[in-house]
Parts: sequence; C-alpha cells; structure tokens
Amino acid sequence: MNLAVMAPILLPLTSAILALAAWRAPGLQRWAAVAGTFLQFGAALALLNRVNQSGIQTFQVGSWPAPFGITLAVDLFGAIMLAVSGLVGLSVALYALNGIDDERVAYGFYPLFHILLMGVNGAFATGDLFNLYVWFEVMLMASFVLMALGGTRAQLEGSVKYVVLNLLASSLFLSATGLLYGLTGTLNLAQLALVLPETQPHGLTLALSMLYLVAFGIKAAIFPLFFWLPASYHTPPVAVTALFSGLLTKVGAYAMLRVFTLIFRTDPIFTNTLFLVLAGLTMVTGVLGAAAQWDFRRLLSFHIISQIGYLVMGLGLASQAALAGAIYFMVHVILAKTALFLIAGIVERLRGSFDLHQLGGLYRSQPWLALGFALPALALAGLPPFSGFFAKLMLVRAGLEAGQYIIVFTALGVSLLTLFSMSKVWGEVFWKPAAMEPAAVADRGGVPVWMILPTALLVVGGLLLGLFAEPAIQWSHQAAFQLLHPDLYIQAVLGGLP
Amino acid sequence: MNILIALATGALFTGGLYMMMRRSLVRVLVGILLLGNAINLTIFAAGRLVAFTPPIIAPGQSRPPDGVADPLTQALILTAIVISFGITAFAVALVRQTYSQTGTDDLDLLRCTDVPCPPEPDWEEPQEGNS
Repeated sequence: MNLAVMAPILLPLTSAILALAAWRAPGLQRWAAVAGTFLQFGAALALLNRVNQSGIQTFQVGSWPAPFGITLAVDLFGAIMLAVSGLVGLSVALYALNGIDDERVAYGFYPLFHILLMGVNGAFATGDLFNLYVWFEVMLMASFVLMALGGTRAQLEGSVKYVVLNLLASSLFLSATGLLYGLTGTLNLAQLALVLPETQPHGLTLALSMLYLVAFGIKAAIFPLFFWLPASYHTPPVAVTALFSGLLTKVGAYAMLRVFTLIFRTDPIFTNTLFLVLAGLTMVTGVLGAAAQWDFRRLLSFHIISQIGYLVMGLGLASQAALAGAIYFMVHVILAKTALFLIAGIVERLRGSFDLHQLGGLYRSQPWLALGFALPALALAGLPPFSGFFAKLMLVRAGLEAGQYIIVFTALGVSLLTLFSMSKVWGEVFWKPAAMEPAAVADRGGVPVWMILPTALLVVGGLLLGLFAEPAIQWSHQAAFQLLHPDLYIQAVLGGLP
Repeated sequence: MNILIALATGALFTGGLYMMMRRSLVRVLVGILLLGNAINLTIFAAGRLVAFTPPIIAPGQSRPPDGVADPLTQALILTAIVISFGITAFAVALVRQTYSQTGTDDLDLLRCTDVPCPPEPDWEEPQEGNS
C-alpha cells in the first residue's frame, strides 16, 4: 500500500464531500477549501520528496496486480505537476475567498472546484489510459459547470463552444482508446510501452497516435484546434479563469508528453517533425492573436495558446535537454500565467473594467501591483534573470543542438512579440494617465488582502524558480531522463513481469 | 454480423459529425449523442463479436475457452455510457438555458464572446463577473 500516491486524489474528494455537507454554510466552505488545498499541496510536496528519493511510486488500486487492475504511477514529472497543481489550487482557494461571490458559492462553486482539482491530479497520477479518460471527464464535467455557473449571456455562449469542442476531443480520445485496446489487449501505460513497439502494422499505431494527438491537442489548445479557448476563457470570474489557465490546457500538454514519450515511440521522425511544425504555428498564431486584443483577459488567453507552443516544441525536439526545458517551462508558465490572471482580477476590482482603453494610471496609485504584474510579465517574455529566460534558453539550446534552426528563430521571434504584448498591457494599464474620471475610481475602495496574498505567493514562487534555476533545472533533467527511459517506468509498474 | 456493426458504426459516426457541424444547437446536441453511441459500438467491436460463448472460466481451468468476446470492453462501454449520460444531461440543460437567455439556437448568432453583446432583454439585469 502506497497511500502517498492516492493522497492528491483522495484529499480533494474528501474536501468536495465536506463542501457538499456544508452546503448551507458558505463561510465554512470557503475556509475548508483553503485548508483542503493546503493539505493537498503539502501531500503533493511530500510525494515529490518521496519520488525524488526513492524513484517512481506506484499504487495498484484494489491490490490487483499491475496489468490487470488500475495502476497509479507517479514519476518525477508527474510529482512536479502534482505539486504545482497543489500550489495553484491553494492560491485560487485563497483568491476565491473574496473573488467568488456568495451566489456562486450557494450554487456549488466549492464542490466543483475540488472535483476539478481531483480530476487534474488524477490525470497526473494515473498509469492507465482508460483511467486517464475518466479523469479527463471528471475534470471536464467540473469545468463545464464552473464555466457556466452564473449564467450570464457571455458565459453561456462561451460554455457552448467550450463544451462542444471538448466533448469532441473526449470522443476522439475514447474511440482511440477503444481501438488501441482492440489492437493490443491492454490499456496499462507500462504494458502498452512494452507491447506497442512490436505491434504490427506500424501504420495502424501511427494512425491511433494521431487520434490521440488531435484529442489532446484540442485540450491543450494547439494550433488548428484552439478556437474554443479565446472564445470561452474570458467569460467566467477571474478566479475560475486563473484555475483553468493554470491547469486545464496543461493537463492536455502533460498527456501529450506522457503518451508520446512512453508509448508512441514507433515513428519518431514523422511525429517529431509534425510536433515542431505545430509548435511553431501555435506560438505564432497565439501571440499574433494576442496583439490584436484590447481586453485584458482575452489578451492573456491568447498568450496561453502561444506558450503551449513552447511545450510542444520541447516534445518535438525530444532530446533530454529539450524535454527538461519543456518541464521547466511548464512549471514556469503555470505560475506566471495564473499570477497574471489574478492580477487582471485585482485590476478589475480596482477599476471595474478589463478594457485596456479604459484603464490607466495604476502605476501611480498601486505601485506594488504594477511591480507584481511586471515580474511575471517579464518572465513570460523570457527576460533574464526570470524563470522564462532559463526555460527558453534550455529549449533554444536544445533546438540549436538538434539543428532545428527554423523553430529556434520562431521561438525567439515569438518571445519578442510577447514582450511587445506585455509592454502594451503595462503601458495601457499602469503607465498611461488614467482614462477614467478619478471619481469613478475612488469609490471602488481597496483590494482585499486575500486577493493580494495568493497573487504574491505565485509571483514570489515564479521569482524563486528563476533565482534558484540551477536546482530546478537539475530536477527537470532528472524528470526528462525518466521520460526518455521508459524501462524505468515499466520496471516500476510491472515489477518482475517480462 | 461484423459487417452490419461496421456499417452501423460508420453511419452513426457520419451522422454524428454531420449534425455537430450544423448551425442549430439542438442538432449539435443530437450529433454529440450519435457520436457517443458510435464510439460505444466501436469499443464493443474491438472486443470481438462472438455469440453463444460466455467468457466464463470452467472449473479446473485457468483461462476462458478460446474465441470468447473480451468482457473488459463491455465494462469500458458501461463506464462510457454512464459518463455520456451525465454529460448529456448537462448539455441539454446548457442548451435550454442558452436558448432562454439568448432567444436563439443559431450558433452563428452566438457571437457575444467575440463582439460586444447586444443589449440584454430588460427583464434580466446583466451580472458581470465578480464586481
């Protein structure tokens, strides 16, 4: 029994049940959520420590031996993702103390919030393809309701687009999983990694892997499949958007990294080239889309897409340095992106608007907020000494080593455009003179401390990731080493089995 | 039997995808339902279609007789059906709510997320975000 692996799933489940039991006590739900996510973060850190010391941790649900039951397996990459998801969960739970209105809490915000976290953590922890599908559905179902909760016109329209496209992705995922089972007779990731390279014909495996690429690509919002994201992410309250932007697309990217390093390794030249093309197009369309936006949240939503491109680039280069870069980048972008969305929410709280035209002058009245925006924004653009710089440095170096100059230049150009986009936000929101009448600003009052604290937590977290880049990069390299050596994963899950 | 199932699955996939690309929200919903059933049939077929041989291990044996259908796929379908049941219930509610808020089920008119919204009907005050 290895309950440490189960804890990141069981804790949110318990929290969700407690939140349901405390349906009529919103205040209790709010603080229970903070306590629950705090415990979850702690459990994830403990698990990370354990994985770091004694290798990949597994848990056989119901004590069925490995290929027959459902396996949970957490390697270093999974453990890092669980820890980051715990941190994002804790920050959003703190932010939601003031950021989510009583009405939404009365209609079940908190149970859904916990279930979403359970789905995300389950997806990071599972070692079984069908189980991964189930966690995706748990996560999606909670996110559907969170997105529509509130029922404004924009929310409902955004939800329709989000729901339909994500259901299509789930359908593709499920049919691919069914066909893969028909082909190999197993859905255990470790056993698939053993069986699939020998399965004939290779063409069929390749076709299945492309089905997975489309399914996870929709969830991760890569190039031709991202349209649902900018149409929906700016509609719910900022706390919800921050949670989604931090975790949901990253689960898609995680699933891609997992299946394409562990089980679909049969035709690397074709898939890696495809990944690099998709990565470049994703980066460019995302950042160009952002350049045209004048709504704070929509602009940030387009940047989510652009950043996913860097993760796919790491996957496409497929060397240890590149995968380490992708893992480090993933942590960096989750922290930076969530922080930026939370800051957008604070700006809205102060000025009552997300429209860049109407905002302005915040540097004078809120210098600390301006600094809090500048740090993750510069990190996102990739300036030293922030985390984004090291992440991009790793990816660019891996690209140069592999001789993939086109993607390297694309990545650098997109960094420049990101800097342009971030300086546009800086100029419009903080630097230019206030566009509104001072009277309209004055009656908004101050910012609650529970909105500032989680934002500061994430900003400082991102800052530390940049300042202590050396150990963080070493961890990423270890995680990438595990990804590139599937035999470690297979050995940990299947043990002595051939 | 195999050919019949294959044809039925193909027809369901075609119909489902076609309906999902229609403009009317209700048709999109029907498309999702058809697609879900098409996938269930696919998984069903992936576990082999065999009649009259139950996958029961006889006493004294350690494995089922040759040529049985794989019971695991049927268990997978059961999970998938339960999930799609929940999702359908939510989608129906969402479509209904969207229709009552916007007064249309034409997807081409649901562009509020990209361009400024038309004015809300006056019986419902807009509740924007957490302000």
